[in-house]
Amino acid sequence: MDTSVANLVICEHCDAVHRRHELARGEVARCVRCQALLYRCPWLDVNSMFALALAAAVMFFIANTWPIVSLGLNGIHRSATLWGAIFAVASDGAGLVAVLVALMLFFFPLLQVILFGWILGFLRLHRRPPGFVPIMRILTAIGPWSMVEVFLLGTLVAVVKAGSIFDIILQPGIWAFAALTVLLTLVASFDLRRMWVLQRERCA
Amino acid sequence: MTTEAVATAADLDIVACHCCGQVCQHAAGDICCVRCGTHLHRRKRDSLSRTWALLLAAMILYVPANLLPIMRTGSLFSSQDNTILSGVVELWRNGSWDLAVIVFVASILVPLLKFAALLVLLISVQMGKDWRTLGRARLFRLIENIGYWSMLDVFVVTLLVALVHFQKLSRVDPGPGVVYFAVVVVLTMLASMAFDPRLIWDTAAVARKHADD
Repeated sequence: MDTSVANLVICEHCDAVHRRHELARGEVARCVRCQALLYRCPWLDVNSMFALALAAAVMFFIANTWPIVSLGLNGIHRSATLWGAIFAVASDGAGLVAVLVALMLFFFPLLQVILFGWILGFLRLHRRPPGFVPIMRILTAIGPWSMVEVFLLGTLVAVVKAGSIFDIILQPGIWAFAALTVLLTLVASFDLRRMWVLQRERCA
Repeated sequence: MTTEAVATAADLDIVACHCCGQVCQHAAGDICCVRCGTHLHRRKRDSLSRTWALLLAAMILYVPANLLPIMRTGSLFSSQDNTILSGVVELWRNGSWDLAVIVFVASILVPLLKFAALLVLLISVQMGKDWRTLGRARLFRLIENIGYWSMLDVFVVTLLVALVHFQKLSRVDPGPGVVYFAVVVVLTMLASMAFDPRLIWDTAAVARKHADD
């Protein structure tokens, strides 16, 4: 293994070559030429990240089993879960939208929670996670397509729009989605490149 | 300029794996990452033509996405078609000016900004300009980071369709516009992923060299 090459970092955005420096907690390294983020040292260690992933898994379960909001009209009430909404859109002829929503709000976030949890769970025990390489590929690919935070804002807009006509009751699902947004943002902000370094250091 | 002093990976015959970041020696021909086995290439393949194709498709579909109704609200006596723009206007009139601004930015401003930015990036790279490289690099990162917020309206319609469903009294149905709009957002995201920002610096370096000769 060429050690001189192993110590280099190449900016993904402009191809400039940098020498890797050790960072203190919370510091980030930026490209000297285009100022893109090169790498960072996170605030949290592997154990704390694993705890966050577990918490995200619990919140994911609650967010998808409890209704998000209820509407009332003349004493009739109607509440919606995420999957209820997906099926409603699909049965009303917008199947493609239903598929996209299911992927972006259910399957991709679910995969993120499970796969991050899996990798961090093994790394904290200093063992090599089975399937490490394909899992890292999947996590890199689905990252931009997981959109829980957009959904949270969308729920707010929908509630305000419907609120001018109907009675609105917020259900536990919306709070779980809010918590999931925070947790998933923290978990997904973990630098994936750093995972490769950790994997080598911890499982040598 | 300080940018003159920067060594690029292409100069040094090395390449970073786009999956794991591992730096590998890059001789001629096909090679794979020594750490994760991903196929390596110095630049995204056919970046410009793929970006053009996805961007043009998105711009064409943006027309029906805005003209066709994204949802139909109906009650016992009347039904009404809502486009993206009429949704913003309705929010504004009902006094939620703050949400109206948010929806306007996410659904109308962000897609238009993405179209304009990608056009500027594609054309400036193809004309080989050494012009505001840092500004263009920042512009690319901006549209890459904010693009997915445009899905906002799609999620709003999805939720309203599920919630407002009181038999004949009151109901909301999705319109064809929402399908087009969702596809436009996906296409613009794919377009910005297909664009290789390294081309900004490559072409600028070539242009500077020509200017020096």
